[in-house]
Amino acid sequence: MELSTFFQQLANALSLGSLYALIAIGYTMVYGILRLINFAHGDVFMLGAYFAFYAISALAMPWWIAFVVALGLTALFGIGLERAAYRPLRDSPKISVMISAIGASFLIQNLGVVIFGGRPKSFPSIALFDTVVHFGPVSVLSVSLFIPVVTFLSLAGLLWIVNKTKTGLAMRAVSTDLDAARLMAIDVNKIVSITFGIGSLLAALGGIMWTMRYPQLNPLMGVMPGLKCFIAAVIGGIGNIGGAVLGGFLLGMMEILIVAFLPELTGYRDAFAFVMLIIVLLVKPAGLLGKAQAVKV
Amino acid sequence: MNKKNTIRAVVALTVGVAIIAIGDAFLGPFAVRILNLSAIYIILALSLNLLNGFTGLFSLGHAGFMAVGAYVSALLTMTPAQKSMNFFLTPIVPWLDTVQLPFIVALIIAGLCAAFVGLLIGAPALRLRDDYLAIATLGFAEIIRVLITNAQSLTNGAQGLKAIPKYSTTWVVWGAAAIAALFLVMLLRSSYGRTIKAVRDDEIAAEAMGVNVFRVKVTSFVISSFWAGIGGALLGHMITTIDPKMFNLILTFNILLIVVLGGNGSITGSVLGAIIVTVLMEALRFLDMPMNLVFIKTQGLPGLRMVIFSILLMIVVLYRQRGLMGTKEFSWDMLSAKALLAALKPKKRGERARKGGR
Repeated sequence: MELSTFFQQLANALSLGSLYALIAIGYTMVYGILRLINFAHGDVFMLGAYFAFYAISALAMPWWIAFVVALGLTALFGIGLERAAYRPLRDSPKISVMISAIGASFLIQNLGVVIFGGRPKSFPSIALFDTVVHFGPVSVLSVSLFIPVVTFLSLAGLLWIVNKTKTGLAMRAVSTDLDAARLMAIDVNKIVSITFGIGSLLAALGGIMWTMRYPQLNPLMGVMPGLKCFIAAVIGGIGNIGGAVLGGFLLGMMEILIVAFLPELTGYRDAFAFVMLIIVLLVKPAGLLGKAQAVKV
Repeated sequence: MNKKNTIRAVVALTVGVAIIAIGDAFLGPFAVRILNLSAIYIILALSLNLLNGFTGLFSLGHAGFMAVGAYVSALLTMTPAQKSMNFFLTPIVPWLDTVQLPFIVALIIAGLCAAFVGLLIGAPALRLRDDYLAIATLGFAEIIRVLITNAQSLTNGAQGLKAIPKYSTTWVVWGAAAIAALFLVMLLRSSYGRTIKAVRDDEIAAEAMGVNVFRVKVTSFVISSFWAGIGGALLGHMITTIDPKMFNLILTFNILLIVVLGGNGSITGSVLGAIIVTVLMEALRFLDMPMNLVFIKTQGLPGLRMVIFSILLMIVVLYRQRGLMGTKEFSWDMLSAKALLAALKPKKRGERARKGGR
């Protein structure tokens, strides 16, 4: 393989990995606090992209206002989703909550098919993100350069919130022990809402950048990225923000680079993530950066 | 069971068989299809309920085992001519080319193959718990699907298989459903059945009583895979075309819906749930088509049917977690006036389902 092809693939891998990392953070935050796999996270990601699409194409907003509106709406949607589908079941067996999450995911997808239509739509082109940039023989879409930057900035902001603010302290407390946190006068419901809000906002950010990178929207576009990013979060150690980013990058890199180096495996691309998941779960069930927890009797 | 109830059971069974016989003889092909689909969904729901409701293992991999069963049975029963018609892109592997077995033999081999895959998957995956198990089984099902898509000379890849012999007649599928139900009832009444319920209710206590928890879980997983394979094979022989895309998460979701709606941990609940969901699924098909209600004309909204089903599942999970039957089985006493009155009364507090985790 030529060196230029290698760098080309590396650039692709970097932007895909960043997107995975951004979505994986949402999974890991929710799981860290509620021990719940938010199966509908991938569909929230899809909604974020559609909100931005309609804000630009139907309401003719400038792109940056449209993006802000889409992020806000998606965050609100995430908070509403938690209220409607997860909060009533907080004391129920785990299986019920998980079934509710799967139900919510299918509901959003099918509502998407009914409201947005099943036919794929193409995202309007925005000049800033849609130009091709050349670095010698390597050429990338400009949005691919923005993606890692945005991911890095969001990660920095999130780490600041979690580690330096009072809300972040409360989040960490709830994550360690929900009941004890409640006894310390932490408003658990508020913290859970904030967590869902932030997670959904990051999912929307990922969704918007995803549609600019792979410019097509359809109501089922969130399914595969959703599953893969959950896997990324598990690989990195679920509940751990740094781990989610690490897992996202590993997964994105591996997907692109394996296909680049071993083209005969292209058909198996969607299985890589699952194979990696199973290996990690069997070898190091707590994930790469996770701490093993003893089961309490 | 007292004498009165025995008579009732015999009468109910006779009426059930009569309904199936009359349905088979007089209904049109579309209605017969729904009738048969109900039976297949009964088998699938029972096999998932064994895991989900009776062993307490949350598995999302059912579609994968169904795919294994469907492909094995289809490939073993098709004539060489049908095979060469299907495999026009890449010829089929030579050792499968001329094989053609009787339907029953092929069906059992299909179930055994699915059970074997279940063993291969269960042995590592069952070391995990709860949501990790769910996501790992989902992953394995997805891997099975990708493997089937790529094994061109064995499964015809993404094109799928067409013209599978139509062996799933009403009697075959309902017979299989009856055997599955009987098998499960006997299994649950045996000492093994009590063991799996013990593992469901409290794994640690069961282990302390000398139960080999891991082995019980693997056995339950393998049995469930066997019936999933049988169900998948019957489904293939009913609709006569299969392709890898069919066996996706949505299929597993439908079966899960039946199990949850009927009652997680109730055999009669699964049977009722399967019939209700299958009939509703077809009855609500009109929602996807253009409607003309004299005053109102609506455009067809493809997907509306699935929206209604998702809402149904959410309502059941949020407001009636126990499903139709809860963990109880149907009994004639349930229909007595006293029991009906009791069912209408609000439930006492503290009677909620078993708490697990947070």
